Amino acid sequence: MEIKTLFVDATRCIGCRACEAGCRECDSHKGESMVMVDFVDRGFSVATQPTVCMHCEDPVAPCAQVCPAQAILISPEGVVQQADPSRCIGCQNCVFACPFGVPKFDVEARLMKKCNLCYDRTVQGLQPWCAQACPTDALWYGTFEEFAARRNGSPVSCTGFGEMDVHTRVYQVMPAGTEKLDLVALLSEAAEGRPVREEAWVL
Amino acid sequence: MTVNKDTFAPRRKTNYDLQLAGRSPVEWHEAGTLPDRLVPTHCCFCGVQCGMFLKVKDDEVIGVEPREYPHNRGALCPKGVVAYQQQAHPERLRYPMMRKNGRGNPLERVSWDEALDYVAGRWRAIQAEHGKDAVGVYSGSSMTNEKCYVAGKFARVGLGTRNIDYNGRLCMSSAAMAYSKAFGLDRAPLPLTDIPLADCIFVAGANIAECFPVAMQWIWEARDRGARLIVMDPRETPIARTADLWLPVRPGTDIAVLNGMLRQIIADGLVDEAYVAARTNGWDEVRAAVAEMTPERAEQLSGVPAERIVAAARLYGRAATSLILHARGIEHSTHGVDNCLACINLALARGQVGKPGGGTAMLTGQGNGQGGREHGQKANQLPGYRKIDNPEDRAYIAGIWGIPEPELPPEGAAATEMVHLMAEGTIRSCLVLCSNLMVSLPDNGVVQRALDNLDPLVVIDFFLSETAALADVVLPGTVWCEDEGTTTNLEGRVVKINAAGPPPGEARTDWRIMSDLAARMGRGQFFPYRTAAEVGEELRLASRGGAADYYGITWERLDREGGVFWPCPSEDHPGTPRLFAERFAHPDGRAKMFPIAYQPPAEEPDEHYPFRLTTGRVVYHYLSGTQTRRIGFLNSQAPDPWVELHPRAAAQLGIADGELVRVTTPRASMELKALVVPTIRPDTLFIPFHYGGRGAVNQLTNPAVDPTVKIPEYKACAARIEPLDAPATQGNGHARRNFTAGTNPKMFPYEVGETRPVEPKAY
Repeated sequence: MEIKTLFVDATRCIGCRACEAGCRECDSHKGESMVMVDFVDRGFSVATQPTVCMHCEDPVAPCAQVCPAQAILISPEGVVQQADPSRCIGCQNCVFACPFGVPKFDVEARLMKKCNLCYDRTVQGLQPWCAQACPTDALWYGTFEEFAARRNGSPVSCTGFGEMDVHTRVYQVMPAGTEKLDLVALLSEAAEGRPVREEAWVL
Repeated sequence: MTVNKDTFAPRRKTNYDLQLAGRSPVEWHEAGTLPDRLVPTHCCFCGVQCGMFLKVKDDEVIGVEPREYPHNRGALCPKGVVAYQQQAHPERLRYPMMRKNGRGNPLERVSWDEALDYVAGRWRAIQAEHGKDAVGVYSGSSMTNEKCYVAGKFARVGLGTRNIDYNGRLCMSSAAMAYSKAFGLDRAPLPLTDIPLADCIFVAGANIAECFPVAMQWIWEARDRGARLIVMDPRETPIARTADLWLPVRPGTDIAVLNGMLRQIIADGLVDEAYVAARTNGWDEVRAAVAEMTPERAEQLSGVPAERIVAAARLYGRAATSLILHARGIEHSTHGVDNCLACINLALARGQVGKPGGGTAMLTGQGNGQGGREHGQKANQLPGYRKIDNPEDRAYIAGIWGIPEPELPPEGAAATEMVHLMAEGTIRSCLVLCSNLMVSLPDNGVVQRALDNLDPLVVIDFFLSETAALADVVLPGTVWCEDEGTTTNLEGRVVKINAAGPPPGEARTDWRIMSDLAARMGRGQFFPYRTAAEVGEELRLASRGGAADYYGITWERLDREGGVFWPCPSEDHPGTPRLFAERFAHPDGRAKMFPIAYQPPAEEPDEHYPFRLTTGRVVYHYLSGTQTRRIGFLNSQAPDPWVELHPRAAAQLGIADGELVRVTTPRASMELKALVVPTIRPDTLFIPFHYGGRGAVNQLTNPAVDPTVKIPEYKACAARIEPLDAPATQGNGHARRNFTAGTNPKMFPYEVGETRPVEPKAY
């Protein structure tokens, strides 16, 4: 079966928050966005990046694994759902367990909320709202093969957190030839002052 | 680093957008309301006109669904996603209002008859005493072709005034004039879907990512094919961030870079001599004119390093297919026409215009910025892009309208001039529709005086904009999804807008309000419209045979074919997505090249005003913000203006990021927050313009205009920035004026109109 999933290409993100606006249109959480757009470092650049649930496959859904109430269910397709309101006890274990900082705790509703890949839309063959709205295809929905046929860059589904690699259903688009998003390597590069932060230009 | 600001905050129940404007919260069990129909239509905002479906339940628009359309492919920007929230917005105007107890008193609810009778009565009195031209119409382009058409006809037939113009004057007039001069036809010559065919894309003064987000997918597609990207902008905008080459130009000095590039292309032997010889006129003069613009001279004038100018020339010049995309950054200038012509010279010298994926394209800003300037609400035009000073055109339109040709008024004042005519009392009353002058016009102190001078100021709007708040009579109009009609997007693609629900309360469509007013002026027989479709039929006839020929574009075809490109002279004509493949629209079929000399902006920095202030947009807002500042999600992202400045300038002045500062120009000063970022030239300040009142950057901007098309110079004026604790200084010195009313006879006060001096005699 062909697997459709999200591809996140931060280099294309223009920070317009169409994904957030689209996400808020979902009838199950109208007015609340489960996708987040952040400036990476506005004091240096206009670069922005969207954060969506990565739908971890291996280890499978740390958020679900730590849930004492088994409130976070995983669909047969591997989509990690948001907490089932009838089960969630509001302990916030999932919030602390997620390596990507995705689940948010709604204090008032005492409920964890996060992206479920627009399950209501995707099971009907539609795109999730964020990818549907995204005017620049920074968030793009489709199969790996479709992506490879039309886009540049290497989609990677492995994020390295030092000793632990997390394999996800959602892909991050990296420069061609990259095999994983190695956070520890990037952090140590930054600590050494690489890549050199040039002033963008000099008059 | 920002965080997602509102989603999970306490009191989150108030964060659904309409609740911010005072509507009661939607309970969860109501949130899942299912629509009973989907209405296919297009977005009301920018010139891309993305296709969308509106979800409608019991005549109320409750949401939006993506719609696959050729140019947006289902994508929407954040403005498009929430556009639907205007229809049921609690701040909508629902009934006519007047200052019943005279000026200075609050607006009060009145009946339509009372309001219309009052307006018509005043207009008749004013016109009897001061002549027909003493009443003006100031229109806009963010509405359907049908409404634009009625606005032009209403002014000329209903009122008999020459003074009608529209806000496209502030937007597209320089590009329109440049394309008319160079190509003989004013339209972007190729569709968005052609962008991926380009090998090099040169973006000149266009913040495409923020202003036309949906167009970005086509640019990225070209990038995936390996296309080069060059961006000329004083700020490192989101599109400049990813460019191969960023040309950080000093505001107002673009011609230096463009001519410098052309000189380098000539020096490198990259000119397509065969194309130039076969398809253009005027090359020798252009070649001679750019000879003096060496890379070093260009660097000195524009601040762009010479090697970058050379690199840009080579990237652009060596590409087999190259495309220039330009927008307000170069057009909002006292030499806006020349800036566009300098771009066109580059494209013609490279033999690109007329090629799929090549040439130049203007990015029209307003939703119907293209159609709005074709159908007769521009001071010098009649429907179908006809010219008001051409006897044949006049005769044709007078025939369609059923009036004797001599009754058709001549060209009137441009929008930027109308303000001065109001201030000096020549125009005594004005109907304003689809415009918010208090936010959109430069030097708005003068605008306020002009509007105060009007008796009455009549405004048609659907929200109480800053301008409507000053009005004597406010008439409630409709938002885009309450009327049907067509718009023409930035590609020249005519698309169909459909109604999703009735207007709220007593609100009426703009064309109906104008028809009602015309009837009270005794001209009702010329406005017998019962539906927008009848207006559309008349518009087709009126445009027939004109440059912008819509005769073959029926509404049925638009529904069937997914948009039709004009010119389309007959119903079996397929439309014209690409122009100029074989010949240009001038009688000899050739393009004209114009030698362009470097000109400085009208106002340049000196020791008292050391910075260049430029203005622009943010992705969350549209034009004057009348609509987007009322939509919670959009407004919460950018509720207030700010001033961007470079860390080096900030350090020198002792300004910290986030601090309140004062920005002063020779006209006024304002206080706002500083955003200290390295993504702007150190000698430049940037303030977004979507805000009103104390937040309006147009308190500061320079009202100098281009001598031919009268577009204001929003993008460059001299300014000073200081911390709030610096003593407030006034009148100490003046910015350097390169030309003023006194030194340049063409600047204001000047002859009115693009081509025709004011004739004091009545006609």
